[in-house]
Amino acid sequence: MKPSPAFAAPKHQVFDVLELRKDFPVLLQKAHGKPLIYFDNAATSQKPQAVIHALTEYYSAYNANIHRGVHFLSQKASQAFDDVRGKVAKFIHAATEKEIVFVRGTTEGINLVAATFGRMNVKEGDEIVVSAMEHHSNIVPWQILCEEKKAILKVIPMDDDGVLDINAYASLLNSKTKLVSIVHTSNSLGTINPVKEIINLAHQKGIPVMIDAAQAIVHEPIDVHDLDCDFLAFSGHKMLGPTGIGVLYGKLQHLESMPPYQGGGEMIHSVSFKQTTYNEVPYKFEAGTPNIADVIALGTAIDYLNSLDRHAALNHELGLMEYASLKLSELEGVKLIGTAPEKASVVSFVIIGLNALDVGMYLDTMGVAVRTGHHCTEPVMDRFGIPGTIRASFMFYNTYAEVDVLIAGVKKAIDLLK
Amino acid sequence: MKTVTISEIENEIIGEFELFDEWTEKYEYIIELGQKLPVLDEKYKIEENKIKGCQSSVWLHSEVREGKIYFEADSDSTFVKGEIALLIRVLSGQKPQDILDAQLGFIDAIGFRQHLAMTRANGLASMIKQMKLYALAHQSQQTA
Repeated sequence: MKPSPAFAAPKHQVFDVLELRKDFPVLLQKAHGKPLIYFDNAATSQKPQAVIHALTEYYSAYNANIHRGVHFLSQKASQAFDDVRGKVAKFIHAATEKEIVFVRGTTEGINLVAATFGRMNVKEGDEIVVSAMEHHSNIVPWQILCEEKKAILKVIPMDDDGVLDINAYASLLNSKTKLVSIVHTSNSLGTINPVKEIINLAHQKGIPVMIDAAQAIVHEPIDVHDLDCDFLAFSGHKMLGPTGIGVLYGKLQHLESMPPYQGGGEMIHSVSFKQTTYNEVPYKFEAGTPNIADVIALGTAIDYLNSLDRHAALNHELGLMEYASLKLSELEGVKLIGTAPEKASVVSFVIIGLNALDVGMYLDTMGVAVRTGHHCTEPVMDRFGIPGTIRASFMFYNTYAEVDVLIAGVKKAIDLLK
Repeated sequence: MKTVTISEIENEIIGEFELFDEWTEKYEYIIELGQKLPVLDEKYKIEENKIKGCQSSVWLHSEVREGKIYFEADSDSTFVKGEIALLIRVLSGQKPQDILDAQLGFIDAIGFRQHLAMTRANGLASMIKQMKLYALAHQSQQTA
């Protein structure tokens, strides 16, 4: 894909992988006596020192509950927390920070929409559209909703390269379709879906669209204004931030019309045993003490990303993906799974006659971290008639030399296991 | 012939693994064991003998002869077959009560504790549980 101009201007113009690696302390270790090579970035990204520091600094210097305390610490923590909402809004080009709801991760973001917007709008016989390449977290919440409402889940098919059939998609949209929920970038195939076109087609029929941007957010520019999506969710831990924090973006008019998700503190305006009134958005959806530390560290992760030359980072990641794909496909018995023309830095493959787990464990003995199995996308594996794949997923801090170790490891695994 | 006890076999295995310095060598040895595991007759590869792990499946068949339990197994993963080969070496041909009592300390001793964190993937813990369940079932049949 071509990098779009939607990335923020970088603070550091020079993209130097070996320099950047020094920011990620976890990468500077050995695994089983070999230099660690971390190719499981689609599962979770590593964290720069600045993010780790933000967490320890919060707990050691200004830990306090926010929004209620009149004291010094609470005001400092509240300020740091509140600043991040604006930072996130700017990062994804939301119209206002009211459209940013803090959640635990992409999964909770999708569940929130299913439990509120979905419950409110979906009735018996209605339809929800997802694609054949969804992560389980963008399938199961809708199945639960469909079961409760006696609604129907429709699936956009894909071809052997892992490309969605857009004509089939268009024909699925009708007056019963209440929502389309689609993955931006597939975690198991790497396919980048034409989300703008998908959103346009749905909007022509007045159907709202939710985007799962869990994989996309760290690699590609995400502009919710340009996409015109109705909802979009992503996780902090896949974008250099901490685990346990994520973001749900929702158009203001949707968020304002939706009932609350969970009840408790922070989400109320006033409570009495006769009647409780709810706080305004986004607080209406954030019951209880929020994940203050991780929100603050997420802000630091965004600062770090903004400090990079993201065009260069993306080009480097795609270069690694193309190089690994080429080298792997030269090996006998290797079959790439997911060969869409528009791809992110994910290489999924099988080796005919070999078990993916055995190969993954062998690579681990060489210090190479890959993911094996179905990657929480069992329907994708069923579509390709395989139990699972070996997946290497790259981040800008990976190097070509590391890819060479992977290739050598796969070669050795083939010799050993065949 | 005197039956070798479970703990004697465990000590034998611990001794063999002491020869390896690196995890790669242990891995290769396990793979070798897996490749040598006798083939399980297709008629035993049925659903009721299947132990489904997250990333591999195991078929485990057991038989009782003269009060002792004999195990045979197969898996779609060679590494898992190697693990099974070790478990079979330790537990097959033993009395039900001895199987139930087995602490299987060798798994820790050969440095598999860290890899047991992967049990969700390779199902080693489920295999041990299933072997003990067979032992329990056979034992209660005998005492019934």
